[in-house]
Amino acid sequence: MTTDASTIGIAHFEEVEHPDSVGIQILGFWLYLMSDLIIFATLFATFAVLGRNYAGGPTGKELFELPYVMGETLLLLFSSVTYGLVMLAVHDGKKKWVLIGLAATFLLGLGFVSMEINEFYGMIAEGHGPDRSAFLSSFFTLVGTHGTHVTFGLIWMAVMIGQVATKGLTSPVQSRLMRLSMFWHFLDIIWIGIFSIVYLMGVM
Amino acid sequence: MFGKLSLSAIPYDQSITIGAVGGAVLLGLVILGLLTYYRKWTYLYKEWLTSLDHKKIGIMYIILALVMLLRGFSDAILMRAQQAVAAGGSFGYLHPEHFNQIFSAHGSIMIIFAAMPFLVGLMNIVVPQQIGARDVAFPFMNSLSLWLTTAGALLVMVSLGVGEFSQAGWSGYSPLTQIEYSPGTGVDYWIWSFQIAGIGSTLTGINFLVTIIKMRAPGMKAMRMPLFVWTTFLTMVLVVWAFPVLTAALAMLTLDRYLGMHFFSNTFGGNMMMYANLFWTWGHPEVYILILPAFGIFSEVVATFSKKRLFSYTSMVWATAVITVLSFSVWMHHFFTMGASPNVNLFFGIATMLIAVPTGVKTFNWLFTMYRGRISFTTPMYWTLGFIVSFAIGGSAGVLLSIPPADYVLHNSLFLIAHFHNVIIPGALFGFFAGYSYWFPKAVGFRLKENWGKRAFWCWLIGFYLAFIPLYVLGFMGMPRRLAHYANLTWHPYLLVAALGVAVILLGIVFQGIQLLVSIKERRTLGDPTGDPWDGRTLEWMTSSPPAVYNFPKIPVVNEIDAFVDMKEKGVAYQRPDQYNDIEMPKNAPHGLIIGALAFVFGFAIVWYIWWLAILAALGMLFTVIARSVDDDIHYVIPAAEVERIENERYRQLATVAKRHPAYEQTTPEPVLEM
Repeated sequence: MTTDASTIGIAHFEEVEHPDSVGIQILGFWLYLMSDLIIFATLFATFAVLGRNYAGGPTGKELFELPYVMGETLLLLFSSVTYGLVMLAVHDGKKKWVLIGLAATFLLGLGFVSMEINEFYGMIAEGHGPDRSAFLSSFFTLVGTHGTHVTFGLIWMAVMIGQVATKGLTSPVQSRLMRLSMFWHFLDIIWIGIFSIVYLMGVM
Repeated sequence: MFGKLSLSAIPYDQSITIGAVGGAVLLGLVILGLLTYYRKWTYLYKEWLTSLDHKKIGIMYIILALVMLLRGFSDAILMRAQQAVAAGGSFGYLHPEHFNQIFSAHGSIMIIFAAMPFLVGLMNIVVPQQIGARDVAFPFMNSLSLWLTTAGALLVMVSLGVGEFSQAGWSGYSPLTQIEYSPGTGVDYWIWSFQIAGIGSTLTGINFLVTIIKMRAPGMKAMRMPLFVWTTFLTMVLVVWAFPVLTAALAMLTLDRYLGMHFFSNTFGGNMMMYANLFWTWGHPEVYILILPAFGIFSEVVATFSKKRLFSYTSMVWATAVITVLSFSVWMHHFFTMGASPNVNLFFGIATMLIAVPTGVKTFNWLFTMYRGRISFTTPMYWTLGFIVSFAIGGSAGVLLSIPPADYVLHNSLFLIAHFHNVIIPGALFGFFAGYSYWFPKAVGFRLKENWGKRAFWCWLIGFYLAFIPLYVLGFMGMPRRLAHYANLTWHPYLLVAALGVAVILLGIVFQGIQLLVSIKERRTLGDPTGDPWDGRTLEWMTSSPPAVYNFPKIPVVNEIDAFVDMKEKGVAYQRPDQYNDIEMPKNAPHGLIIGALAFVFGFAIVWYIWWLAILAALGMLFTVIARSVDDDIHYVIPAAEVERIENERYRQLATVAKRHPAYEQTTPEPVLEM
């Protein structure tokens, strides 16, 4: 039955017929994250160029409250820890713990977004909105783009909570949880950059 | 309720615009009427619009490209006609504001909506087959990319009849694009059409990178990939690196215009040169995104029709890789006159000159491939030869421009226009035409008529030289680009020659239309029953023409660079496998089409500040994405018996050919003939 594949030019290997679809999805998602990283790189570069153009408006030193931002940072970092626990529970097949972990991560992420919205709202209410100066335009856009990503992550997480609850930990669901995990940790890394370059260097 | 939109947005008073809109609407109605009359709606929807088959998506991309190419070319006719008459006391027939819209639309359309869909279409049809795969890595995302690109193209088309298009050129420099200086909807149409299509392109980039990395047939190592696969891979690396920069730059420009921010304004600390830098950080790699795939096509064509392996395959791959990397280090040559320090300009000037080295390597490789080859002068080969000669001229003009002091003299003159048309038309467009005639039989099952193809080629080539060589001269005479009127009458004769050139190119396009019609009419005599009309070298010629939905009943094993030649030499190219297996393929899905339609509605609503509609469309897109993402049942199975039936039919067809042309006999083994 089996003919030497190298002489007739036709493969008889079963695995070729079923390409590694999870591996393909993960690589695709890595590449998406890299392209997203370039969007952030562009926004960081813009902030580096425009970040000191106050145009007579407030500076970072006057606007940023580091303890408050530290609070945001802790919420986001802890949400990464809880998502890590979610993935451990996925590997052990513990559906209940997956759901609890996702819910905890969701709440921490929601707390982060709420704090950020509150910070933005306060600045805009005092007349320090993104139209005040190039510094504030680039600040709001860089930080806000990250916040928008976190918000989409939350929507995705809500969808995944629904999927885990109704479908269980099937192979496609596990693959999606894995990609959401990559997305979530990616946003954490971006935030470290924002915290260091925008906030810490901004108050220096 | 309707934002800024009112009936006054329709330019009733401009007879040319209304004529064009009327013609487009009429043509659309005729097509819709024919579809209804022949009851083809269901067929169109089920077999094409919702299809996830890479070959059909590729054909739809190319149809989009050809339609938009015609639109972009009509803009070119209008501009050349205006400049042929608007000299001295005459002001021509176009209002300057209208002229500005036309050159902006011409550039935007040709780059984003003609060239990009053309190359992505060819990649879609060819690349999966060349690597021995059954589809791309993400068939649904492929359909989504197509419909996002189409949505962007549709926005540009709508701007013709509702409102206006940008007057700020295809590159949209700030502060001209700021709301104070361009208060109309034109710039917004430009932004959103680019933005929507650009996101589609980024997704295409990810898709093809994963396809090429993960889905190659067994044995196809990196250095055995066909050159077109290599250039596609490196092009897609550029797409994934460069397009996000455009996305971010356009988003910032949007925020400037919509929310009064100050990224690129010249007040409140904004920096307008930041825009130029970001735009060309995308824009220069974009030039290579257009031309590298064409280089791949030329490499395939020149090897096939010289009946030789490509000369120095390895150096060709490395030259492409070097161009890929260098393309990110030259963006500032687009604005040497910004006034950066001489050392900065020097760096970018030298980096630009360096690109000529790998490009020269490629040119010599093509020439040496032909040397002592058995060349058959087919239409694709004509395009290739026309390219090599013309591109050498355009490339030299580029090296000249890369010298900063020379650039200070020639910047923004017609010399620049001549240069980049001289590289993009012979470089990219001739390449796409070569690919179009080379792979046409693979995509649809019959060849294009050679005689009309060659006539079209000569018109294009001669028309091209007539249209653009005078522009080099005019550049040296000091004529700036983008003039709706000029007083200097010594320029006039050259512009008349250029207008004549466009008329000759128009004849070429008419011939291409005739070629298509004649070929459809004579499709039986031009038919391609073997799937290998040119004695091809790579795996796409192993499938039938057009290929079965699964391309390969069995995934082939690759042992050589020109895998199919290798199989033909060993006499195993058409060998029948012992048995067939079930094949799993992606089901058709409407979600890409729906998201594309909603993206168009979103773009239109946000251009006109119809906020409620924009929000509804955005939510609609979000829900469609979620609906698709929770669907686990996205494949269907073609049973082994059905595969066998399709393949038996193919072998029966091959056997009839073998009777008429003994050449196929040796490659078609006996048992097959008995089937």
